[in-house]
Amino acid sequence: MLNSSLNRFIAAAAISLLAVAAPAYAGKTLDAIKARGQLVCGISSGVAGFSQADSTGKWSGLDVDVCRAIAASVLGNADKVKWVPLVSQQRFAALQSGEIDILSRNTSWTLTRDASLGLNFIGVTYYDGQGFMVPAKSKVKSAKQLKNATVCVQSGTTTEKNLSEFSRVNGLSIKPVVFEKFDAANAAYFSGRCQAYTADASGLASIRNKEAKTPADHVVLPELISKEPLSPAIRRGDDEFFAIAKWVVFGLIEAEEYGITQANVDTLQKDTKDPNIGRLLGTTEDTGKLLGLDKGWLARAVKAGGNYGEIFERNVGPKSLLGLPRGSNNLWSKGGLMYAPPVR
Amino acid sequence: MAGLIAARPAPAAAGQHFSWRSRKYRSLAYQLLAVLLIALLGWLLVSNTLANMRSRGIQSGFDFLLQPAGFDIGEGWLNYNSTSPYWKAFLAGIVNTLRVALTGCLLATLLGTLLGIGRSSRNALLRGICYGYVELFRNIPLLLQLLMWYLLFIEYLPPPDQALGIGRFIFLSKNGVSFPSLGWEGGQLRFEVPVAGSMQVEGGAALSPEFMAVLLGLVLYTAAFIAEVVRAGIASVPQGQHEAGASIGLSRAKTMRMIVLPQALRLIIPPLTNQYLNLTKNSSLAVAVGYPELVSVANTSLNQSGRAVECIAIIMCVYLGLSLITSAVMDVFNRRVAIKER
Repeated sequence: MLNSSLNRFIAAAAISLLAVAAPAYAGKTLDAIKARGQLVCGISSGVAGFSQADSTGKWSGLDVDVCRAIAASVLGNADKVKWVPLVSQQRFAALQSGEIDILSRNTSWTLTRDASLGLNFIGVTYYDGQGFMVPAKSKVKSAKQLKNATVCVQSGTTTEKNLSEFSRVNGLSIKPVVFEKFDAANAAYFSGRCQAYTADASGLASIRNKEAKTPADHVVLPELISKEPLSPAIRRGDDEFFAIAKWVVFGLIEAEEYGITQANVDTLQKDTKDPNIGRLLGTTEDTGKLLGLDKGWLARAVKAGGNYGEIFERNVGPKSLLGLPRGSNNLWSKGGLMYAPPVR
Repeated sequence: MAGLIAARPAPAAAGQHFSWRSRKYRSLAYQLLAVLLIALLGWLLVSNTLANMRSRGIQSGFDFLLQPAGFDIGEGWLNYNSTSPYWKAFLAGIVNTLRVALTGCLLATLLGTLLGIGRSSRNALLRGICYGYVELFRNIPLLLQLLMWYLLFIEYLPPPDQALGIGRFIFLSKNGVSFPSLGWEGGQLRFEVPVAGSMQVEGGAALSPEFMAVLLGLVLYTAAFIAEVVRAGIASVPQGQHEAGASIGLSRAKTMRMIVLPQALRLIIPPLTNQYLNLTKNSSLAVAVGYPELVSVANTSLNQSGRAVECIAIIMCVYLGLSLITSAVMDVFNRRVAIKER
C-alpha cells in the first residue's frame, strides 16, 4: 500500500521534473513568436548607439532597431518586442536555453562561437574592429608605443585575447586590468590607472563622447588590431526563423541600395515602376510567402525604422552622439562592405 | 513453574525479517529512499543538461583545459603567459585567490583580535572607537567597500611618473606600492630596490592597487566580524578568572594574555573558521575591481571557450575544496586547544 503510493509519487515527481526540464520548443520559433504575440530580443544593458534605454525605459540603438524590424516583419508591429538586457556572460546561455528568440547584442561573429555554441549568426550589421583610446596628453600616436603599459579591458568579450596576441606579436608586454562592469573599467581609465583603454572602436567612440568630461582630452588610435563583425544570432536548428531573420537584415540593406526610405516607402509601394522595388515591397512577386510571411514583410520593416542607412545614421552616424563615419559600413556600391544577396 | 507469566516475545525477534512494523527497518527504508531520490534528481539534472546541450549543438567536456588560453593575466606569481593552457590560467587564478585570502585571514585576525579586546577595555574612548568601527564596517555591503577603496586608490594616488616616495625604498603611485624585494637569481639571493624612473617606478616588487583594494576591503570588513567573535569569547570567560588573575598579582594585560584569552580561544575558534570561509568566498567579489582571481579568470575562459557549465563547475569545486581544507585545518587546531579530558 505504502509502497505503491510511494512508487506513484516517485513516478509523478520524475515525470514533472522531465516536463519542467524539457526544451521549450525545438523547431518552430516563428510559431512560438506568433502565439506569444511578441519577439523576445536579447540586447546589451547599455552601449550607446547600439542599445540604450532612455529615461522612460524606451530602448533605442542599432541592435534594437534590428529587432524592431524583425518584429515588424513577423508580427506587423515593431513595438511587439520584449527586451531582455544581458551581460556578456549571460548572452549565449540565454539564447541556447530559449529565454530569448534572437540575440542582438554587438556580438562578434567568430568560428568558435558559430561552430560550438549552438547558434547561427544571421549577417553582419556593423563591421567593427578593436582599437585603443589614450589620453591626448600622453603623446602616444600608435598602439605599438604602448610598451609595458597597463591597459583597461572589460571582460566577457574577444577583446582580452586580441590584446594578448597583439602584445605578444609586437613584444609589448602589456598588462591587462580586466573589469567585469563597464562602469568600473571606465572609472579606472579616466582616473589614470591605465595608460590605455581597449575595446571595439565603436565602443571607444561611445565612451569618449558620453563618459569623458572633455572628449577632446582622449584620442582613439588609428590602428585596429582585430576584425569584429557584429552580428545578431539565433538558436541553431530552426532554419525557417534563420531565413526570416537573415533576410530582414539583407532586406534593410537592399532597401537602402534601391532608395527605399521610411518616408517614401508608402508612395513607392503604390506607384513604383521598378521591378526590383516591386519585389522588395511585395507589389509584384510575393517574396514573403517563401519565408512563411506575407507580401508586405519588408515594407513594414522599412516603415518601422527606415533602411539600413537610416538606422546607421540615426544611431551611430556622423550626426549622432557617437559620430562614427560610415566607413566599412557603407554600401558595397559606395566603397563599403555592406552587400546583400538579391531579394528575388 | 506453571504459575509464572509467559515471557513476552523478545522485541529483537521482529528485527529478524523485513517488516514495516519494525521501526529499524522502516527508518532504513526511508533513508535508502531519500538517498535514491537525491541520486535520481542529480542524475536527471546532469543527463537532462547533457541531452539538451547535445540537441542544441553545444559542445561540452573538459578537454578545452588543455588548449592554449590566449589571454594574459595582469598579475600573479605563476609563470603564466598567454600561450599557456587554460588549466594553468585557472591555476594562476586560484593562486591569486589564495594570495589575497591567506594574507587577508592573517591580517583580519590580528586586527579583529585587537578590536575585540578593545571592546572590553576600561577606557571608554577606546571602547567607543572599537564599537563604532564594528558597527560601521560590518553594516556596509562589502562590494561597496571594495569599490570605494579602489576608486580612492586610483583617484588620489599620483600618476606613475610622479610616484610618491615613502622613505627611500617605498613608492606609491597609481600602479600600486613598490617596495624592495628579495629574489633568487642564478643561485644567489638578490636584493632589488625600486627606483622612480621617468615613466614609472622600476625594479623591486609591486602590489597592484587592485590587490590592495581587495585586501584592504576584505580585512576591514572581516575584522569587524572577528572582533565580535573575540568579544563574545572573552565575555564567556567567567569574571572569577579575571579576579583570580588579579589576586595573584598579574597586571590586566597579563591576565588577558595568560588566563583569559587561552580559555576564550575554545569558543572563538569555531566561529572564527566561519569568518575565514566567508573571507575566502567573499574574495570572489574582487572581479568587480579588476583583480584577476579565480572568478575573473573563469569568466574570461567561459567567454572565450563557451564552456559555461564546465567553468562554473570548476569555480564551485575550487571554493568547496578551499572551504573544506580550511575547515579541516581549523578543526585540527580546535582539537589542540580544546579542554583535555585527563
